[in-house]
Amino acid sequence: MNWLTNSVLPKIQKLVRPREVPENLWHKCSNCGHMIFHRDLDANLRVCQHCGHHMRLPVKKRLEMLFDGGEYQRIELPKTPADPLRFRDQKRYGDRMKDAQAKTGEQDAIIVAHGRMGGLNVVIAAFNFEFMGGSMGIAVGEGIVAAAELAVLQDAPLIVIPASGGARMQEGILSLMQMARTTVAVEKVKEKGLPYVVLLTDPTTGGVSASFAMLGDIQIAEPGSVIGFAGARVIESTIREKLPEGFQRAEYLLDHGMVDMVVPRKDLRATLVRVLDLLLNRKPAGEVLPLPEKADSPARDENVQP
Amino acid sequence: MNFLDFEKPIAELEGKIEELRHLSDSDEMNIAEEVARLQAKVEKQLRATYAKLTPWQKTQVARHPDRPHFSNYVSALVQDFTPLAGDRTFAEDRAIIGGLGRFRGHSVMVIGHEKGHDTESRVRHNFGMAKPEGYRKAKRLLEMADRFGIPVITLVDTAGAYPGVEAEARGQAEAIARSIEACLNIRVPLISAIIGEGGSGGAIALAAGNTVLMLEHSVYSVISPEGCASILWRSGEAAKDAAEALRLTAQDLHKLGVIDDVIPEPLGGAHRNAQQAITALGDAVEAALKDLSGLEGGVLRARRREKFLEMGKRGLA
Ligand SMILES: [Zn+2]
Repeated sequence: MNWLTNSVLPKIQKLVRPREVPENLWHKCSNCGHMIFHRDLDANLRVCQHCGHHMRLPVKKRLEMLFDGGEYQRIELPKTPADPLRFRDQKRYGDRMKDAQAKTGEQDAIIVAHGRMGGLNVVIAAFNFEFMGGSMGIAVGEGIVAAAELAVLQDAPLIVIPASGGARMQEGILSLMQMARTTVAVEKVKEKGLPYVVLLTDPTTGGVSASFAMLGDIQIAEPGSVIGFAGARVIESTIREKLPEGFQRAEYLLDHGMVDMVVPRKDLRATLVRVLDLLLNRKPAGEVLPLPEKADSPARDENVQP
Repeated sequence: MNFLDFEKPIAELEGKIEELRHLSDSDEMNIAEEVARLQAKVEKQLRATYAKLTPWQKTQVARHPDRPHFSNYVSALVQDFTPLAGDRTFAEDRAIIGGLGRFRGHSVMVIGHEKGHDTESRVRHNFGMAKPEGYRKAKRLLEMADRFGIPVITLVDTAGAYPGVEAEARGQAEAIARSIEACLNIRVPLISAIIGEGGSGGAIALAAGNTVLMLEHSVYSVISPEGCASILWRSGEAAKDAAEALRLTAQDLHKLGVIDDVIPEPLGGAHRNAQQAITALGDAVEAALKDLSGLEGGVLRARRREKFLEMGKRGLA
């Protein structure tokens, strides 16, 4: 070992290493410091087996984990105007987008999919945090709108899974408007009498938290997720005080009345299935044929008999 | 077993039975006979005592620490119970628990006060005394049940809403009012049962139901006997007299038309046989839901409202 291998080489490797991490790599838990074998971490849904710390789960892994048999269909999202403000900071927004698209192989920060969960047809809109921090611009708004419309069309519950730092600054005021736009979209699902469930993951902040992500019939959060409106650093520098332990974490939100439950990742699928079954008065999974419920009208007065 | 003051003769007999059971060296036949004889006596005593409990004694039974609480009913009667937390405004109030579950095969929303059963859980549930957050959570869950066409069961067991400065600052009165309003607005069946103490505004916040049931030895009143005594008698000592005057027993409330049915308790009170009390309540709730089945949402709502508009038109006479 010399200075080259210790300090320069890792940096070089970081530059040239392909995105796929080799299987034999170890991962250090940012919470407890334990080294975890990469494959073990994946098998454990990226939850540290030593301290239970929930690391971010790539969006496709999450969809696989939630849908029956890991199977789902994605829907293609309508094209939206690219770079409507011709925005430029140190870099052109257009170039940032190209980089993000190249890095993730995705068009934008949201995936809309439908499939079976516990035999029930559901629509899921899930954020891709790896795409510009899951920030919400017009295309992400479009994803929520499309997901809501699909849910209404299919008479299916809608599950939205935010993982987002907030609005996408590069789309300026038009990204702010997505807060109102997505709110209209999810209200349409509610008006149809369909369940709207939000699964808050790390992080859910800013304009995303302050719109559709707080409007679920049922609000579920993953342990330890940062959820809040203003960033902790902004608050700290404004009030010039140290923030309390656990501030803006999922458990803090539970104590403050903002979420129904904090559910460990391994129990998420079963919890979602149970909640949807109960809201729709379906018999517990296993007792029903895996056929989609073809209700002609929203669950309402027909449904009141015990 | 915790014995109440007026249960002294029963406690003595049961003490004797215990003693006999621990005598191993004497004639077993004679012991068995003696135990049977004493048990018959206990039963007779219990029957006599519990047949004519005074309102003050009923108040004590309703507050008995061993009396089954919300959580006992829910874990025995509701499958897949999934608690839902929070008022979406300020806090999660554990004095009121609410959630989805399956009651006798059907999805229901269950909401109720939980007093806790030991020091730790009593503190956690604030002794069943809810703050505005608790009532705001109840309102939220009532409205959720309404939206999904799910019947609601409420179980009432509270000394009253929490009297505190912060609770007032956050609008205790408004929160209770909104919860009552939600009870009266929803278009799904609402069955309420007083399972212990029905303490004032904190109780009716959850109890404006289509059918209001009461366990035989529970109480329901505008103020606690102690509170009433200290205001009107200017002496807490007069709680016994206040309990009489308030007409807080299930039997009196039935006559007044305030409640619809009295659910019989096991001999010697629900705390002597929790399982039997829980099953009796489950059966009564199921029957009440059956009575309302098939009624359209608007009708359920209109009937509930009319019922409460009638309150006070009937005296004891
Ligand atoms: Zn760890």
